[in-house]
Amino acid sequence: MLFEYSIKGGDFSTAGQASSRFKKVLQQLNVPPQTIKRIVIALYEAEVNIVAHAFEGTINIEVQPGYVVMTLTDKGPGIPDIEKAMEVGYSTASPKVREMGFGAGMGLSNIKNNADILEIQSKINQGTTLKITVNLNQENVIKE
Amino acid sequence: MKLSKVAEILNASVVCGKENLSREVTHAFASDLMSDVLTIDSRNLLLLTGLTNVQTIRTSEMADIQNIVIVRNKKVTPEMLEIAKENDIVILECNYSLFRACGKLFTAGLEPVY
Repeated sequence: MLFEYSIKGGDFSTAGQASSRFKKVLQQLNVPPQTIKRIVIALYEAEVNIVAHAFEGTINIEVQPGYVVMTLTDKGPGIPDIEKAMEVGYSTASPKVREMGFGAGMGLSNIKNNADILEIQSKINQGTTLKITVNLNQENVIKE
Repeated sequence: MKLSKVAEILNASVVCGKENLSREVTHAFASDLMSDVLTIDSRNLLLLTGLTNVQTIRTSEMADIQNIVIVRNKKVTPEMLEIAKENDIVILECNYSLFRACGKLFTAGLEPVY
């Protein structure tokens, strides 16, 4: 099954709508609640990152019998130093983002904690792509 | 502890989910930083926060948090209420500071997450 959602940069009133819609899909598919939580927290963090940092973005999700792959591609400033961005506490978020309760430099590391595989590609002044894979059967996990 | 008891201890008003006040909470977490809220174990959890924007409710929805206390006499917005209703989230509003609300609930036996 394939799903696609469009994300507008800077629009915090709608941030999280795509994650909310996909959560309902997972519930309908009877995915266990603890697995749903891992998937949607990773997705929501990544969605908020697009809203916080990029001009626009697209979420493509592929649901397979054993796993979910979520690919988030944005047009935006890109990440100059991915290793640095993965550090807890490192943030380039604006005051507006912080007012919304985010921007503490925890997003990418929290995505990694909830994902089984996280791949990040970024080009300066072009954009960033996150590929997040979460296994649906957490008792039979294939790690990277 | 039942949510009805939480409301009584905090002298709080129920602005969403009156029908779910018999729900039990065992643990509480207090934060205005949603990034932190997204990292915790949320079973039977009560979230205390003074952050009143739609991302408070979105974060709760994603983290499976069903019970929220809004402190410092802040008011929820219509958009927050709409998403909370959709997701069966109970919201209480209270006039106390975050510190006072936490102190009262801790004394009454609610456990910290860590």
